[in-house]
Amino acid sequence: MHIPDGFLDAKTWITLNVVSAGVLGYAIRNVSKKIGEKHIPLIGVMSAFIFACQMLNFPVAGGTSGHFMGGALSAILLGPFAGLLVMSTVLIVQCLIFQDGGLTALGANIFNMGIIGTIFSYWFYVLIRKIFGQKSFVVSVFIVSWFAIVVSASFCALELAISGTVPLKVALPAMAGVHSLIGIGEGIITVLTLSFINKIRPDLMDIEKI
Amino acid sequence: MGKITVIMLLISLALAVFLSPFASQSPDGLEKVAEDKGFIEKGEGKEVLQSPLPDYSIRWIKNEQISTSVAGFIGTLFVFVVSYVLAIFLKKWNTRS
Repeated sequence: MHIPDGFLDAKTWITLNVVSAGVLGYAIRNVSKKIGEKHIPLIGVMSAFIFACQMLNFPVAGGTSGHFMGGALSAILLGPFAGLLVMSTVLIVQCLIFQDGGLTALGANIFNMGIIGTIFSYWFYVLIRKIFGQKSFVVSVFIVSWFAIVVSASFCALELAISGTVPLKVALPAMAGVHSLIGIGEGIITVLTLSFINKIRPDLMDIEKI
Repeated sequence: MGKITVIMLLISLALAVFLSPFASQSPDGLEKVAEDKGFIEKGEGKEVLQSPLPDYSIRWIKNEQISTSVAGFIGTLFVFVVSYVLAIFLKKWNTRS
């Protein structure tokens, strides 16, 4: 879902760069206030894991592939702001070193996969655990991960429409449709990863969320 | 570094090195939509920046799979170090202010 240069018009990419820079700055301040010794290696390794998983495109229907996003994973484990820091690190490295996502569209990509991917995921997860109760770990994680990537893709469609690249009634069903399939993979990987961490270091699941 | 960090880092590196060469080459969700809906050309040749390792490949490695594998290894390790150092820096920043 990494938007390249050229897909968004100037007003859209400039606005999203300003918004993302502001939110990321706020997130960094929050992380620096609350970060503890235990968070440091976890932030490092989550970034590495999400980067590696994002390279692994898996086929979905009709000659299309998709890859893991990681917004829900990083937000559920670390909290929305530390999660955003992780996602932004990955997205900035992908853009600058691997030409994955355009430089002008970096703000848009951080907005969609980072800000929406983590802040939406975190609060949706908190809400859904309240509704479903504490025993619903797997189901809650799966639902949140699925929605996270579908909502991110919908924002991507909205930005393309605002840019005049493609009409919303064409872009929204297409983007949400294909990402509802990719979301199944997102859900499975997020559930497996968090279950793995929960099994070998259950205390890390209760680390302070930033 | 704790045991979990080492394990997770090794898993990440293994995924990047051993699985990335076999990742699907099909266009991703956005690329496919852009192709089908006819706006893919809007992004062609518009790159603002020339990245050193475009499309997760290393120019001087001819074998495509090895090239992706090495790029994946470099990227995963680099992201780990950047993120880790950033987190240490943010912790230090916090204790000073």
